[in-house]
Amino acid sequence: MSGLSPGFHRRASSDGGSRADRLPPGQYLTEDFPVLSAGPTPRVDPDFWRFTVRTETGEERSWTWRDFLALPQEEPTFDIHCVTRWSKFDTRWKGVSIDTLLAGLETSATYAVAECHGGYTTNVPLAELTGGKAWVMHGYDGGPLPAAHGGPARLVVPHLYFWKSAKWVKGLRLLTHDEPGFWERAGYHNHGDPWREQRYGAF
Amino acid sequence: MTDAAAAPAVSEKAPAWRRATLVAERRENASARTLVFDVPGWPGHLPGQHVDVRLTADDGYQATRSYSVAAPARGDRVELTVQRVADGEVSPYLVDDLPIGADVELLGPVGGWFVRRPGAPEPAILIGGGSGIVPLRAMLLTQVHGSASLRVLYSLRSPAELYFAADLTAAPDGLDREVFLAYTRRAPDGDPRPPARLTAADLAEHGLPASLAPAVYVCGPTGFVEAVTGLLLHAGHDPSKIRTERFGPSGG
Repeated sequence: MSGLSPGFHRRASSDGGSRADRLPPGQYLTEDFPVLSAGPTPRVDPDFWRFTVRTETGEERSWTWRDFLALPQEEPTFDIHCVTRWSKFDTRWKGVSIDTLLAGLETSATYAVAECHGGYTTNVPLAELTGGKAWVMHGYDGGPLPAAHGGPARLVVPHLYFWKSAKWVKGLRLLTHDEPGFWERAGYHNHGDPWREQRYGAF
Repeated sequence: MTDAAAAPAVSEKAPAWRRATLVAERRENASARTLVFDVPGWPGHLPGQHVDVRLTADDGYQATRSYSVAAPARGDRVELTVQRVADGEVSPYLVDDLPIGADVELLGPVGGWFVRRPGAPEPAILIGGGSGIVPLRAMLLTQVHGSASLRVLYSLRSPAELYFAADLTAAPDGLDREVFLAYTRRAPDGDPRPPARLTAADLAEHGLPASLAPAVYVCGPTGFVEAVTGLLLHAGHDPSKIRTERFGPSGG
């Protein structure tokens, strides 16, 4: 569009430079790791932490912190994209694949709602949590995940905007219908694919 | 002051990009500028919501950043207050270079959580650190006679960094409100409070007690929000009544 922003110029580095093809539309690259949360940071003692998966029929399985750390661990690296327009490349995580947590579970669910300490929720189609696409992470950049970033454990779904990667996660509720979560009911897109710029919804 | 009854209904549709023309400006201090845009067709907004601003360079390059709205809805006018971020790509241009009469693109309003509806019946504490005062000023300006108590606690380094001096240091006007300025590095001459970060005693003296179950809005840099929410929880405020907005460091 012409006639806009006279005298405005690009600055080096914020557009990803030679790695610009990794930057979804409307995003800029940051080296920091900003914190965005809707309320106070919950302080969750791992001694009392449990992670619970509940199916649509009410079947439950849950893990204590010790059980959880005894599960097969993965250490993936990926780019993350926040709806507030920052992206961060090559973030290093440690945690347990959702595939591991759901292995052998009898369910015909098509959606999941992540539930968190502090009351936050977010919804994701179940097929986008499985197949190596999502984890419950407790480690970040070689150390434990800090509380402000969701520790002791957060969901991480790197292919969706980062509000789907729910902090202080305590469980997954599997559903046969979709149920919009906290930000999905407060003006953000129900799905949140950064490559399709699914940022905002109606509210 | 804006009459709450005049506030427009907020859109129920997903926001769209609109052309926005800079029609007025106000220098808040050496690093911040308030920009008043005329946005034809603007659907209105609530105090606390934000907008995305998109700039386009001559070569077609675009950059977008989010800013909180600084004033209540008033027709097609959208008021933003932007602080220059060192090494930022967008904020230095908005603070120093965008001329009156020029256009940007604006999308919004965005966000349905960190908002206070005009005429909200519950008392509220608004706590801002630095440029975190911006959305709180919009909330403050929607207060009308007879509406709920408001307490504003504004943490800033020095008098030279004050925003919205006219609104925040106005003479008493009969509204149930108090604005407390907590200077952290240098206080003005005669201020009895030595410069310090916001303390539990400040909150107790200038806030509202947890027993009133006030809504609490905290906006500022991450460290500030973490510290203040810690004080609030310690003072017995219900975590579900505390809404936060954190920013930086993320360029800008």
